[in-house]
Amino acid sequence: MESSVATPPPARPPAPAPQKPGKDAVEGSATWQLSDRIGLAICWALGLLFCAIAVAIVVYLFLQGIKYLKPSMLVTPASAGFSESESGGFSDAFVGTLIVAVMGIAIALPAGVGVAVWLVEYGRPAGLARITESTIEAIAGIPSIVLALFGTVIFSSTALGFLSRTSEGVVFGRSFFAASAMLAIVALPLVVASTREGLNAIPQHVREASYAVGKTKIATTRRILLPAARPQVATGAMLGLGRIIGDTAIIVVLLGATQNFAPVGGAFPLNYLRGAGTTLTNFVYEASPTGNLNQPQKAYAAAFVLLLMVLALNAAVDVVHRRARKVGTWSS
Amino acid sequence: MELVTPPPIRRLPLEDGAVATEVSPAPGGFTAARRSISAPQFSIRRMEIDDVSVSYANREAVKSVSLPVRQGEVLSLIGPSGCGKTTLLRSLNRLTELTRTATLRGRILLDDVDIRLIEPTSLRRRVTMVFQQPNPFPMSVFDNIAYVLREQGSRRQRKKALEPKVHSALQRAGLFEEVKDNLDHPALRLSGGQQQRLCIARALAAEPEVLLLDEPCSALDPQSTQVIEDLIVKLRDDVAVVIVTHNLQQAYRIADHVAFMYLGELVEYSSATALFGSPREQRTKEYVSGAFG
Amino acid sequence: MDESYPSEYGPKWSDQRAGRLLGALVCAVVGLLLALIVTVFIKAWPSFAHNGLAWFGSGGSVEEQLNQIYLSGLSGADYVYTFHGWQLIWSTLLITGGAVLLALFSALFVSVFIVEFAPEWMRDVLQPVVRFLASVPSVIYGLLGVLVIVPFIGNHLVTESQKASVAGVISLSGYSLLAAVLILTVMIAPLMVSIFSDGLRSVRPGWLEGSLALGVNRWRTTWKIAVRTARPAIVAGTVLAVARAIGEAVMLAMVSGSIAFAPNPADGLIFIYEPSRPLAPTIVKNIDSLGSPPSNATLFAIAAVLLFSAAVFSLAGWVARRAMRKYGATA
Repeated sequence: MESSVATPPPARPPAPAPQKPGKDAVEGSATWQLSDRIGLAICWALGLLFCAIAVAIVVYLFLQGIKYLKPSMLVTPASAGFSESESGGFSDAFVGTLIVAVMGIAIALPAGVGVAVWLVEYGRPAGLARITESTIEAIAGIPSIVLALFGTVIFSSTALGFLSRTSEGVVFGRSFFAASAMLAIVALPLVVASTREGLNAIPQHVREASYAVGKTKIATTRRILLPAARPQVATGAMLGLGRIIGDTAIIVVLLGATQNFAPVGGAFPLNYLRGAGTTLTNFVYEASPTGNLNQPQKAYAAAFVLLLMVLALNAAVDVVHRRARKVGTWSS
Repeated sequence: MELVTPPPIRRLPLEDGAVATEVSPAPGGFTAARRSISAPQFSIRRMEIDDVSVSYANREAVKSVSLPVRQGEVLSLIGPSGCGKTTLLRSLNRLTELTRTATLRGRILLDDVDIRLIEPTSLRRRVTMVFQQPNPFPMSVFDNIAYVLREQGSRRQRKKALEPKVHSALQRAGLFEEVKDNLDHPALRLSGGQQQRLCIARALAAEPEVLLLDEPCSALDPQSTQVIEDLIVKLRDDVAVVIVTHNLQQAYRIADHVAFMYLGELVEYSSATALFGSPREQRTKEYVSGAFG
Repeated sequence: MDESYPSEYGPKWSDQRAGRLLGALVCAVVGLLLALIVTVFIKAWPSFAHNGLAWFGSGGSVEEQLNQIYLSGLSGADYVYTFHGWQLIWSTLLITGGAVLLALFSALFVSVFIVEFAPEWMRDVLQPVVRFLASVPSVIYGLLGVLVIVPFIGNHLVTESQKASVAGVISLSGYSLLAAVLILTVMIAPLMVSIFSDGLRSVRPGWLEGSLALGVNRWRTTWKIAVRTARPAIVAGTVLAVARAIGEAVMLAMVSGSIAFAPNPADGLIFIYEPSRPLAPTIVKNIDSLGSPPSNATLFAIAAVLLFSAAVFSLAGWVARRAMRKYGATA
């Protein structure tokens, strides 16, 4: 149905010649300009560099760790000795890490979940809610060394003297209680953020369904919302655990400069918890050339154990994520 | 397919030879005034869709469609939801390739060159597209248009050098008068109709040969729709226009040729007056009279 | 007993009671932060009061001054507070600035790579890698730094003549600015990558499709549209990384050598091999002197400076993100 050409438009430039007759032209970087292609090359280079660094860290620590780690180190406490092989292991450090992890998360988890629940479900007055959000963000940004200093002030006060050793009226202020309390603060923002995400992901109609049968807000939260947000709460707890076991500054300051447990009077287990001790991070710090012990072999061994714990936590977070995705989501 | 109960009100004028300038009863029984469109001044075949089939994974979205696309006229693709008209439109500028599961068989020619042999970014500068949801970039009005101009060259051109081209693109889109006082106004603060005209200006800034429009007015109010329809008709002399629309009245108002698609097949292709006035296929009759869709 | 079972006393926990309890918890947390800020500044006050603005100036060696302060505290006589912290501040600026610049550059490219240009298999490798790097404890970075990077720099990168040229002032043994910046970059870049990636992924797909449909290639579409739209996320990530870098104490303590020193750019390019001790590790290295009151005040003063800088950066980031809202970038 062609009609005759009345006023033809100005002639157009001819189409660019096809690149390879018979072969499809796809948008590959070959058609970009040079600056664009250099950019893509930088992307690849940096991506591979990151992978290489990660592999190097893991491989090197594994090699050194396997070389120096003897299982006996995990069960033998450190002792004074002339050479590295005679100075025992770091069982106190290992157990110490477990203790602060458990105690720290035991404080951070309920507190964090409580704050998150208040922010999501209650949140009145609105000014307090905004202040709280800013506070949690601010806490996340405080260097742990500052928290450690703050801890020295708190726990050296006579009011809290029962939490650590007191001699001649001077509160020592260093103990597992002190360290765990400050570590809990470090983990708090992670727990809060993750739990909030989990609670916010639950659509409003689920809550309304529960209120409509007469349940109170707190009952709904306990019985329906928190169980539904369990993967996110677990993730937050594990991220918090990761931060806790990886922290050194608070331990160095608040747990005493010793490599063994130093229990303080009283009954088991409180005597250990009130006393000073050490964790893997502190042990690595002291055993490194810049610390007091200068036992690089044991430092590698302890670092290897620490890395394994961190990797295990990462893997656990991954597993939780994958299982949560399989279960399915709300039809909001 | 048997009509179950033909709707009593809607009548289909079945006279032959309806002339363009007459106001014939439009589908649906409204006496919608067809814009006083003259017959196309000229028409030059720009693109040829030659037996094209597109499938996503195993589902065929477009089955063996052949159509010409001409400069100097507006081609409208109509049909119910899911009939493949948007897929066909997107295959014209190889946007279907962004979906990994899409496969295309057949040929599409732009000025007698298979578009698969043209580098996609060059193709998309010659065949530009305006989408259903206005999507101006989060920049100023000036930068939205200048973006298209800047990314075509290698050296960053200064603002002064770009101004004339930006102004002319805005004028072609009929937006210049409304924004000329402040071209640095954030584009996202324009009204819906203005945003869509900005998108059309952007598409025109690339100086394309073919302009594709995917239901451009479906998100807009009637006044903006009218402004854009007038604009589209004005543009047909400079670019070949292909518009997908859900709105039969709109197709009736502005199209020169109409292609009716149903379930991926091209059911009928003819001039607008013929298709709305005296459709050949039974399915076309039913769709145009509102029996389904 | 089930809460919803009607009893004459109502449900076990009323909403009001629970709300008040949780509200008290929240107030306690806010109060804790306030107490921290107030305590740090109160404890720091003597040091600031005695030094005034000279606290931030230069003059003398920080190492000696800290020593003097400590000893004066033990003797119980007049406390000496003289402290000029510019060496520490300068080191902090150098290390933080260097690490943040390097990390910003790498994190931008890596996040663009992950979100847009990496093939599927590369993405599946790179994302766990980034998460892993972010979760390695800083003491392990420090250990690797002190046992691998520092000896490498000291033995293989620094030449004898370079060591001789500054022999009178400082020894270039590998504990250096370079080591600190490199390791700190690796520590903060993963943080930035995850925040940048989130920002890039939340760009409206309509914009990206619109840009491609105008004939702009994928690289430019990603940079000009996606990265530009994600600028608030980029600012947020950078601010977080700066706060982390300023507060990093343990790794830098292990890599910074045994005395406080600030690299001197006037020495020419060798200054990257000179040791540097920023603010945060100084606290860790001198923690044993907490018992001596003037030392206590000085260390708290350093902590106060750290707190203040972190707050200032957060504020700057918030202001920057608000300014970006003008053209419609989602904050």
